[in-house]
Amino acid sequence: MTFVQESMYLGFIFTILAYLFGVWLKKKVGWAVLNPLLVAAVVVIGGLLLTGIDYETYNQSAQHISYLLTPATVCLAIPLYKQLHLLQKNFVAVIVAILSGVATSVLCIFAMCLLFQMDHISYVSMLPKSITTAIAMGVSQEAGGVVTLTVVCIMITGIFGNMIGETALRWFRIKEPMAKGLALGTSAHAIGTTKALELGEVEGAMSSLSIAVAGLLTVIAVPVVSGWI
Amino acid sequence: MRYIGECAIIFGITLVGELLNAVLPFPVPAGVYGLFLLLFLLCKGIVKLEDVEATGNFFLDIMPIMFIPATVGLIEQFGLIKEILVPIVVISLLSTLAVMAVTGKTAELMMGKGKGKEGDRQ
Repeated sequence: MTFVQESMYLGFIFTILAYLFGVWLKKKVGWAVLNPLLVAAVVVIGGLLLTGIDYETYNQSAQHISYLLTPATVCLAIPLYKQLHLLQKNFVAVIVAILSGVATSVLCIFAMCLLFQMDHISYVSMLPKSITTAIAMGVSQEAGGVVTLTVVCIMITGIFGNMIGETALRWFRIKEPMAKGLALGTSAHAIGTTKALELGEVEGAMSSLSIAVAGLLTVIAVPVVSGWI
Repeated sequence: MRYIGECAIIFGITLVGELLNAVLPFPVPAGVYGLFLLLFLLCKGIVKLEDVEATGNFFLDIMPIMFIPATVGLIEQFGLIKEILVPIVVISLLSTLAVMAVTGKTAELMMGKGKGKEGDRQ
C-alpha cells in the first residue's frame, strides 16, 4: 500500500489510461453521452472508491497534469492568432454574440434560482458558472458566494457543454464555424473549448477568445444582478 | 533543441502572466494574461508561429486530460451539494443549453446581416 500512497506516476498514468479508455469506448459505442472526459472521471472515481485510495493521494500525482493548464491556456493564443483575420472582419458580431451569451447566462440562472427558491448564497455562487475557473472563483468570492459550490457548477457546466455541444449545435441549427466556437466557449469555457478545438481551427480560435471575453464581461455583469435574490 | 526553446517561450510567458496576476488588481487569471501576451507577441512578429507551434499544439492536444483531476475532485464536494444537487444540475444544464443557443444564433444573425459575411469562410 505504501507504494500506491507514494507513487508519483500512478495517479498520472491512471488518468491518461482512463481518458484513452473513454476515447475507445466512445468510438466503439458512439453515444454522445459517453464523453471521454466524463467516462475518464467516472472510471477514476470508481477506481478510487474500489481501492480505497483517497482523493488527496490521487491528486498528489495527478496534480502534475493540472499544472499544465495555465501554459495550455496561454497556447490558446496560437489558434486565435491563425484566425485573427476572421475576428477583425467580424469584430462587432463576435462581441455582441458573447455579450448576449453572458446576459442569457445570468438571466437564466436568476430565473431558475427564483423558480427553485434557492437562497442568495447559492444564487451568487452559481452566477459565474459558465466562465473559466480562475476568473469565476474571484467573482464568486467577491459576491459572497461559496467558491467550492461555484467550482462544482463550473465542472458540471463544462463537462455537459463538452458532452452535448456537438449535438446541441445541430439541434439549434448553428452551422457557421465561428458561431459554433463562440457558442461553445461562452457556454462551457475551457472544457467546451477542447471540444471546439476538435471540431476545427476556426471553432477553436473563437472558443478560446470567448473564454477571455465572456470571463471579463461576467466580472462586470455579476455585481449588477447579484442583489436580485 | 527545438522543444527546449519553445518551452522556454511558453513557460516564460506563463510566468509573466502569473506576475501580472499577482501585481495588477484585476480578476484576470495568469493564463488569460499570458494568452493575450502571446497573441500580442505573435502579432508584432516578436515571436514567430514556428517558435511555439509544436509545443503549443502538444499542450492543446492533451488539454482535455488536464480537467480530469478537478472533475474527480467533485466527489470531495458531494456532502456540500447533496441537498441542492437536483436544482444545481438542472440549472447548470438548462442555462448551458440556453447560452449555447443564444450565442450561436446571435453570431449567425449578426454575421449574416453584417458586412463580414464573406469572411465566414476562408
